[in-house]
Amino acid sequence: MSAVTLSKIVKRFGDYTAVHQMSLEIAEGSFVTLLGPSGCGKTTTLRMIAGLLDPTEGDIAIKGKRVNDVPIHKRNLGLVFQNYALFPHKTVADNVAFGLNYRDVSKDEAKRKVAAALELVQLPDLGARYPKELSGGQQQRIALARAIVIEPDVLLLDEPLSALDANLREDMRVELKRIQQSIGVTTVFVTHDQTEALAMSDQIIVMSEGRVEQVGAPEDVYNTPATEFVAKFLGASNLLTAQCVDAAGGGIVLDLPGFPRIEIPKERAPRVSGPGPVRLVIRAEKLHLKAPQTPADGMLSVDAIVENVDYQGQSARYFVRAGDHRMQAVNMIEDHPFAAGARVALRFRAKDCAALPVESRP
Amino acid sequence: MGWRLIRIYTILVYLFMFLPIAVVVLLSFNANQFGSFPMTGLSTRWFETLWNNDAIMRAFRTSIVLGLMTAAISTVLGVLASLALVRYRIPGRNLITTLLIAPILVPEVVLAVALLLFLNFLNFGKSFTLLLAGHVIFTLPFVILVVQARLVSIKRDVEEAALSLGASPMQTFFAITLPLLMPAVAAGGLFAFTISFDDITGTLFWKPGGIETVPTQIFSMLRNSISPEINALGTVMIVLTVGLPLIGAAIARTLATRSGA
Repeated sequence: MSAVTLSKIVKRFGDYTAVHQMSLEIAEGSFVTLLGPSGCGKTTTLRMIAGLLDPTEGDIAIKGKRVNDVPIHKRNLGLVFQNYALFPHKTVADNVAFGLNYRDVSKDEAKRKVAAALELVQLPDLGARYPKELSGGQQQRIALARAIVIEPDVLLLDEPLSALDANLREDMRVELKRIQQSIGVTTVFVTHDQTEALAMSDQIIVMSEGRVEQVGAPEDVYNTPATEFVAKFLGASNLLTAQCVDAAGGGIVLDLPGFPRIEIPKERAPRVSGPGPVRLVIRAEKLHLKAPQTPADGMLSVDAIVENVDYQGQSARYFVRAGDHRMQAVNMIEDHPFAAGARVALRFRAKDCAALPVESRP
Repeated sequence: MGWRLIRIYTILVYLFMFLPIAVVVLLSFNANQFGSFPMTGLSTRWFETLWNNDAIMRAFRTSIVLGLMTAAISTVLGVLASLALVRYRIPGRNLITTLLIAPILVPEVVLAVALLLFLNFLNFGKSFTLLLAGHVIFTLPFVILVVQARLVSIKRDVEEAALSLGASPMQTFFAITLPLLMPAVAAGGLFAFTISFDDITGTLFWKPGGIETVPTQIFSMLRNSISPEINALGTVMIVLTVGLPLIGAAIARTLATRSGA
């Protein structure tokens, strides 16, 4: 039985449709991420699962039970917000204990549970403090403790790391995943940050304009994007229009002027069925810049010119031109970065590429 | 040179504003029947006379009861109105806000006459209820302004968090929203009390015969003669209307620091 089931849910605000006919099964105990840019409907979906918004159409079920008409306070969910939303007038211990007041839990039992929850988020000594006396990271841990102490059926996280600064965010990411695994609670995580999504999720649901673009494990979504949107949103990708000349053999053979023949493994192009125009996806970090004349090492090679360099310390983003094609490459810097104007050889492997059918959608 | 002039000017302005009040307070402790300087001695006899003056004590009780009831009703209504206006999408929200705030903008005499005529038209006579209703109408905008400002600063997330943890909307209001709103509720209530306690224009129109509040009592006493009792009464009024808001502000500040808002 899945922990959360969405059946063809639609959310309209007046004339605007925020979520189009979305169906989804979230497995018990899994960590699922709704990933997409702002306005893609991910938060709206989360709020519908939480019961803070009513779906215009469709059904929502939690643990097999339809909850459309169950108000939020009877759904037994843990909710964590971007800005922590701790109760400023209550101590940390009272914040964490809040949900237990509305459950059949004795005073001693509540005390024990609060202590255990604070232990789990590694802040056992802060019970007597007030939220404003804590740092952002600490506040978010307390918010998490408050949400899990009630043993929710589903834990809903609405961009919980976005308000933290970069270093803290990475620590919290690891921490959050550890806590989720240790209690095994089904978790729905909303973020616009692909790194967070890739690092934490069992399953990623990529959304755009109220529609699901792709559902899959992080590696699948990253390596085999189902749509151009996914290819562009997760990491930097180069999308080139090529001709598929043969799809009958073991791979998809592509022809692109100025490029050698590219034969992509079939599993990297599941939606390409036959000859015709296709979109070739080459990830920026799979495109390696080498000095001309360097041995190809079995990689495909294209001559190019560096047009611009975006220096990033340990790596650099290169904007290159190969014939009529402009592309990006992200490479680790080994010695010195290539300078603008340098002639280089672009090297890549066919098995690192993916191919998509040409989309008629704008 | 210029600065010195400004300083002297400032002092003069303050003297102009506060000297009459200081004189009233000072004369209320005058032992002599006739208020003149130099004072012949200090005494609290006028406070005693005040205490023993039944009419004044009755007016005092009326004012206190009226003020407390006005404050209670205005605060409850003001909180409910603010919740509706801030937390819910209601059609014509801006219009309703303007209408609720309007009593501050309309001259009090106009408001007083309008309410009186309206109730006459409905065949309601003057009564304590009418007086109370008038005071509520007149103090409600202050409560709404204060409470609304505070409510806007309370994030909806906090209430949603409480709901998600199992508190019903009602429980959420009493456990989260109201405590966070308390400084504004207290301030609004104090405003309402002091304004009601102080009011004379509306009260003169609305009060039924035989009922006097402190300001109307002073007013009618002044028509006969200037008794030194009035100085004592003035002093009491000053202490109440200045002291209460100050105490209130102090309480609000303590509450606010403790709740971290």
